[in-house]
Amino acid sequence: MRIRIDTDLCQVHGVCESEAPDVFVVEKGADTVTVLDPNPGEAQRDAVLAAVEYCPTRAIIIEDDEEGGA
Amino acid sequence: MTEPSTSTIPMVSGRRPEGGHLEELRTDPIGLLERVRSECGDLGRFDLAGRDVTVLSGAGPNEFFFRAPEEVLDQAEAYPFMTPVFGEGVVFDASPERRREMLHNQALRDKFMRGHAATIAREVTEMVADWGDEGEVDLLDWFAELTIYTSSSCLIGRKFRLELDRRFADLYHDLEQGTDALAFVDPYAPIESFARRDESRLALVDLVQGIMDRREAAGAPEEDDRDLLDVLMSIRHEDGSLRFSADEVTGIFISMMFAGHHTTSTTASWMVIELLRHEGAMDLVVDELTGLFEDSDDVSYQALRSMPQMEAALKETLRMHPPLILLLRVAKEDIEVEGHRIAAGEMVGASPWVSNRIAEDFADPERFDPSRYLDGREEDKLNPWTWIPFGAGRHRCVGAAFALMQLKAIFSVVLPDYELTLAQPPESYQADMSKMVIQLQQPVRIRYRRRGA
Repeated sequence: MRIRIDTDLCQVHGVCESEAPDVFVVEKGADTVTVLDPNPGEAQRDAVLAAVEYCPTRAIIIEDDEEGGA
Repeated sequence: MTEPSTSTIPMVSGRRPEGGHLEELRTDPIGLLERVRSECGDLGRFDLAGRDVTVLSGAGPNEFFFRAPEEVLDQAEAYPFMTPVFGEGVVFDASPERRREMLHNQALRDKFMRGHAATIAREVTEMVADWGDEGEVDLLDWFAELTIYTSSSCLIGRKFRLELDRRFADLYHDLEQGTDALAFVDPYAPIESFARRDESRLALVDLVQGIMDRREAAGAPEEDDRDLLDVLMSIRHEDGSLRFSADEVTGIFISMMFAGHHTTSTTASWMVIELLRHEGAMDLVVDELTGLFEDSDDVSYQALRSMPQMEAALKETLRMHPPLILLLRVAKEDIEVEGHRIAAGEMVGASPWVSNRIAEDFADPERFDPSRYLDGREEDKLNPWTWIPFGAGRHRCVGAAFALMQLKAIFSVVLPDYELTLAQPPESYQADMSKMVIQLQQPVRIRYRRRGA
């Protein structure tokens, strides 16, 4: 899976960081969330899906590839 | 390039020679906004005392509206009725950059939510402490007072909140009532609600001045006993005088509390009304709470957990009774929306009321039906640009997560312990649309009875 952030929508609430701290991080003063690993493995799938689900602005987009990630 | 013309966006009927549609906006804004869509479609105009307002609805135009950057659609100039409430120099809405800063530095970040939930639960518990076994309350009065305490406690500090009482809530209510749409023409026009607004703001400044005087006399508090007021009072000029006067502090506090106050108190009121006037709706929510509380009755923990029935009912309440019915911007340049041209200087609006009721997106839109968010239906997520009680995009309400948590915390305290019933005919509960800040027509009476009493 590939992760993309719709930066028009991200307000840096930090919910994704709480849900998937290995994938998302809110850096101080940043105007959009930082994706540490835009192509995370299957082990992160549930956490990332939770981040997508609970993102208050629906700013996280998952583009699934055929292999489903490495 | 051909010369564009805004005349391609139709004007809604009912325009009067004097003031255009201003009187209708002041008395029946819903009728006006619904007619714009039914007569004109996704883009229609009304005349706000000589200034054109293009109202957008539907997913495409709404997406444009909510994605537009500040340089294209500006929010700061769009709400002249807020200036006398906050005071000159305190802006209604911060820039997206400033909003992000607020999220970082202030109390709205995800990681602070659990502490807020505990604070809110405590305030609710204290408010119901004097209820007794049964009685009657006016929902709007009760929730308006409660949310003064919760918002001041969470955003300013418990210490400040303990210096407030019912008077602060009553004065604050006058500010919200001072938002007549006549302010688009003259925010200081000689009408009663504006006069009362200005008197009440002065009375609030007096209250804050009194609190500041007492703190000044008591001397600087210990570092770990400081609230936001102490912090503001610690900022001084070189000669030791205060950097922020009571007037400025009051303006800062009013504006911090404003967005979360009338919105939450009206939503909480409507939630109770809708749950009570739809058979079985309250039971679903109470049963869910009872089940969750078998694990733990710690509200600060529960309010952050998933509550599908409660959340669905809240979402449906917000869809049908969005606290803001018209979101406004000013076009900073000539823009084109779906082939139509809007000229720089015109106002552009999106209407949560109208969009939340588009029948193509929300089947049987006038029906209160929380199940539209359950069992994979998720009509809110399917329609991110028309399910817009919190707005959308870069201007989406930064307090949305806080608001939902707060509502869950409030009902988690009240509903398991008290059985509520309507004290008025179901259809007597109506919105008060006479101000830009929408509330409910009072009285909004309900009865409560302690369960098992």
